[in-house]
Amino acid sequence: MSWLDRPASDTQISHGARLWLYAVGALVLAFLAIPTLIVIPMSFSQSQYLEFPPREWSLRWYEAYFSSSSWMAATATSFKAGFCTALLATPMGTLAAYGLHAARLRFAGLAILALLTPTIVPVILVGIALFYAYVQLKMVNSFLGIVLAHTMLAVPIVMMIVGSALKSFDLDQERVARSLGATRTQAFLQVTAPQIGFALVTSAVLSFLTSFDEVVVALFVSGGDNATLTRMMFLALRDQIDPTIAAISTIMIVITSLLLAVSQLFGKSDP
Amino acid sequence: MTTVSAFDAAGPAGDGHAAGLRRDQWRERMGLAGLAAPALLLVTVTMLVPVGWLFGLSFLDDNGALSLEHYRRMLAEPSYGRTFRTTFEISFVTTLICILLGYPLAYFLSQLPRRAANLCMIAVLLPFWTSLLVRTYAWLVLLQRSGLINTWGMKLGLWSEPLQLVHNMGGTLIGMVHIMLPFMVLPLYGTMRAIDRNLLRAAASLGSTPVHGFWTVFFPLSLPGLAAGAALVFVLCLGFYVTPAMLGGGKVTMVSNRIANDIELFFNWGAASALGVVLLVITLVVLVLAARLSRGAGLFGAGH
Repeated sequence: MSWLDRPASDTQISHGARLWLYAVGALVLAFLAIPTLIVIPMSFSQSQYLEFPPREWSLRWYEAYFSSSSWMAATATSFKAGFCTALLATPMGTLAAYGLHAARLRFAGLAILALLTPTIVPVILVGIALFYAYVQLKMVNSFLGIVLAHTMLAVPIVMMIVGSALKSFDLDQERVARSLGATRTQAFLQVTAPQIGFALVTSAVLSFLTSFDEVVVALFVSGGDNATLTRMMFLALRDQIDPTIAAISTIMIVITSLLLAVSQLFGKSDP
Repeated sequence: MTTVSAFDAAGPAGDGHAAGLRRDQWRERMGLAGLAAPALLLVTVTMLVPVGWLFGLSFLDDNGALSLEHYRRMLAEPSYGRTFRTTFEISFVTTLICILLGYPLAYFLSQLPRRAANLCMIAVLLPFWTSLLVRTYAWLVLLQRSGLINTWGMKLGLWSEPLQLVHNMGGTLIGMVHIMLPFMVLPLYGTMRAIDRNLLRAAASLGSTPVHGFWTVFFPLSLPGLAAGAALVFVLCLGFYVTPAMLGGGKVTMVSNRIANDIELFFNWGAASALGVVLLVITLVVLVLAARLSRGAGLFGAGH
């Protein structure tokens, strides 16, 4: 009996009768994955017109990127902003998720809803509203302004991740620790935190990426010396297709993949 | 909680202690809730207050007097109607294509053994976490006149002149479907994985063919995931800015693009705010409707 005639599931449909499903599945997966990945080889092309496969390989677009002071400054800003966002949003979101979870108050639902609004409100509205507010506060183009904005966007993500981790965590463990003499802070740090460690690492990574990849708010409230990488990329792309951006895109894909791989590895080593 | 009621039951002698314990517990719970204060403060200052401010601004005319001028103009000028129609059309078509591509993919993944499915999931999650800007740029490169699709299409003799694939509605739709597809696949896949296989075995043992079993048992059970994914995709599409701005070539104006133009080109805060308010209201209405329709299915929780 060939593989095609063999049943694919308990309901006796054969692999052969399902070939179309496998084909469609593979095609859609290819549609999802390939366009992003194809930028990587293209970024090593010598030509001004990104070709695939490149006729001549070169690192000229990477040189153009690394030797440009404005691209480097924007990259530094994005890294710093992402780092500060992760540093602020992770504890803020974790405290909020933990506090509201443990307090079990009636208005906790309202507070959670308020904290989740940044995921619901269209980002263009957040952008212009913040721009308007920052004009009044003279905070347009300031580093603090972009960090606060990105932290606000990242807090709900941290809350959702930590919140769902806490749901499967038994708070009685903390009570046991405290009945044995630990303070609440000690109990949290020594009993709870290690057990939701994966959620904390994921939160920090995703907070960083939220800031690092964010375009629209940065377009409105960052600029001058504190322009982010995404803002510069967006403005550069509006005029023409600059192959330097293929090199930057490749670097961004590598950074994202590395960060997610690290957070996954951390999760695996967790018991 | 239980300790308090135990003391309550201890009778008159325990009353003082019980009140004290209750007070302590209340204080502790308030203290715990207070941990949310920094986050609440941040969201209030950087989100609720500025958006509220804009909300107020949308009801003022150029001289600062209360008026509905900006809303009236939105109804009077046909160009606004076109913007909203474009936004809805794009969101609707994107959602539809995401369903047509996402459902078979999610079904395919749900039928694979878990290990293989997790491996394939990387292909779904990789674009999910790659910068939206990078992905839009990738499509720009692929679809441009001298891009990969045109070069290969002509080399294979499929068409002879370079096709206009980008800087128009088609390019915008391709880019948006690519970005939104994971949002459809993730909740769908979660729902499909949770469907009890015994139900399909039961259907088969009662004589249903595999196809009949799929449509009468599997498909209805997967609908909550489909509804959650579709609502999420539609709502996220309504607020799109980057993709139409980059792949639309100025020909595709969604509400977000119009808002940005009002600010960047015309410094018209009132008009931009009014559009923003309408966009927010539409978003909320769609969310509430979707939550009603998929009662209990959990709009965001289904995927994880």
